[in-house]
Amino acid sequence: MGFLDTLFGRTKPVQPKLDDLFGLPSAALTLEAATGFTPTGSGSVAFRPVEGKTFADITKDVRELLDMGAGKPGGGLPVEVTKDTFGYTWVISSHLSDDPQGLVTDLHAVNSTLVDNGFGPQLLCTLVAFRDSQERRLALVYLYKRGTFYPFAPQSGERRDNALELEVRGALGDDLKMEQDLTRWFPVWGAPGL
Amino acid sequence: MARTRYAPDRGLTARMTATLFLLGLVFVAFVVVIVWILSAIGASIGAIVFFAIVLGGGLAFTSLFYSDKIALAAAGAQVVGPDDRRESARKLHGIVDRLCALADMDKPVVAIAPTDMPNAFATGRNSKHAVLCVTEGLLRRLDDAELEGVLAHEMSHVAHKDVQVMTYASLLAIIAGLLIRFAFYGELFGGGRGRGGNNQNTALIFLAIMAVSIVVYAISFLLIRLLSRYRELAADRSAALLTGQPSVLKSALTKVSGAMSQIPTKDLRQAESLNAFYFAPALNLRGGRQSLSAIFSTHPSLEKRIEQLDKIQRQLNQASPE
Repeated sequence: MGFLDTLFGRTKPVQPKLDDLFGLPSAALTLEAATGFTPTGSGSVAFRPVEGKTFADITKDVRELLDMGAGKPGGGLPVEVTKDTFGYTWVISSHLSDDPQGLVTDLHAVNSTLVDNGFGPQLLCTLVAFRDSQERRLALVYLYKRGTFYPFAPQSGERRDNALELEVRGALGDDLKMEQDLTRWFPVWGAPGL
Repeated sequence: MARTRYAPDRGLTARMTATLFLLGLVFVAFVVVIVWILSAIGASIGAIVFFAIVLGGGLAFTSLFYSDKIALAAAGAQVVGPDDRRESARKLHGIVDRLCALADMDKPVVAIAPTDMPNAFATGRNSKHAVLCVTEGLLRRLDDAELEGVLAHEMSHVAHKDVQVMTYASLLAIIAGLLIRFAFYGELFGGGRGRGGNNQNTALIFLAIMAVSIVVYAISFLLIRLLSRYRELAADRSAALLTGQPSVLKSALTKVSGAMSQIPTKDLRQAESLNAFYFAPALNLRGGRQSLSAIFSTHPSLEKRIEQLDKIQRQLNQASPE
């Protein structure tokens, strides 16, 4: 924030950074080679809904747009839209587990619809789910405002597997821009699509 | 450049500029008059003025540097971690985490004050040293969405560096206040002896410094209050844009303001020193004359705040972005 913005008490809403999301499919291969985690095929986008009809209409458009591709070759299941306890809306897209490209395309469609309608600052994070052979859960979370990824490995009882998370950060450091500031690795307990 | 629905409020910026300009003007006038008085007489009084400036500056910077610790101690607040036993504390962290990710901000330290008064404040000289504190009364009275609105308002204060801006703006008033005191004692002990013409001259000069300081103090006090009200409006605005829910912030404001007026006086007096950084004023100046109390208030009236949020609501809901 610049000096003048401080002086006048203005905050410019932060625009999301979208491009780094497309690094995910190749990172998924690296992750599998290094740790044995494979994509489950589902992922989700979380955003802060704005009150009023305009935004509700846009959410409906997103849903219709994604459902158009559902069932066709390369498309996924119809999307799910849920609201979490913190009031954020999650759009969940499910594809075959060997189709991370299609999943990322879906997630990007949500982003671009919001950005095109001027609601880019409402985007919170996007999440892609992974599992390993021991059924351990892992998510790569993309922070829109920073353009960085961080791993989130929930265990039962709201505990997270920090060792695994740090291992994943080490494995993916060359493929994705990982979030270096550990205080930004905020937990998303019970995130839809995980 | 992406299209945006988040146009800055030029009117608010203009009013804040005018206030800051007037503050600067008073500051320059004050310095000129003091220098002019001092140049007329000897250096002994100059030392007093110099001392007031150093002491005032020192006080301001100490309070700026330790604002987070001072505020926490004054409120009797406890810092809570994200893995706290209480569910309300964990939820608080969850909300703050998400707001930080949404606004791309550093996460502040989160604290809870064991007070029934429903309020919240944020302090700290920058976002790396910020503390966000809510009272138990607030957690109990507001639902999650309203709580989020209040937290977004407080985090906007942090993002706008309001503690720094208000400290710099208050510097003049602190120095003028000290000078009034010094001149008063100088009058008692220096001029009061009445030994010969030189001392009488000194007494007159003390009187002049005191008079100028009182005028400067009064004017800058009013300007600081005005600035504080604009900063509150700015924080409301940023909070509504960040959460996308101006209506929820309106209902939180109404709830908190309504509950504030029912609090017994003793709590209010204790809370007065923290007033400028609270979500709603803890001190209700509800004299018969509404207009007079409005000038002295650190916070804009509920009607003004709601009126602004109405405007933002319409802005967010327009069919196509600008």
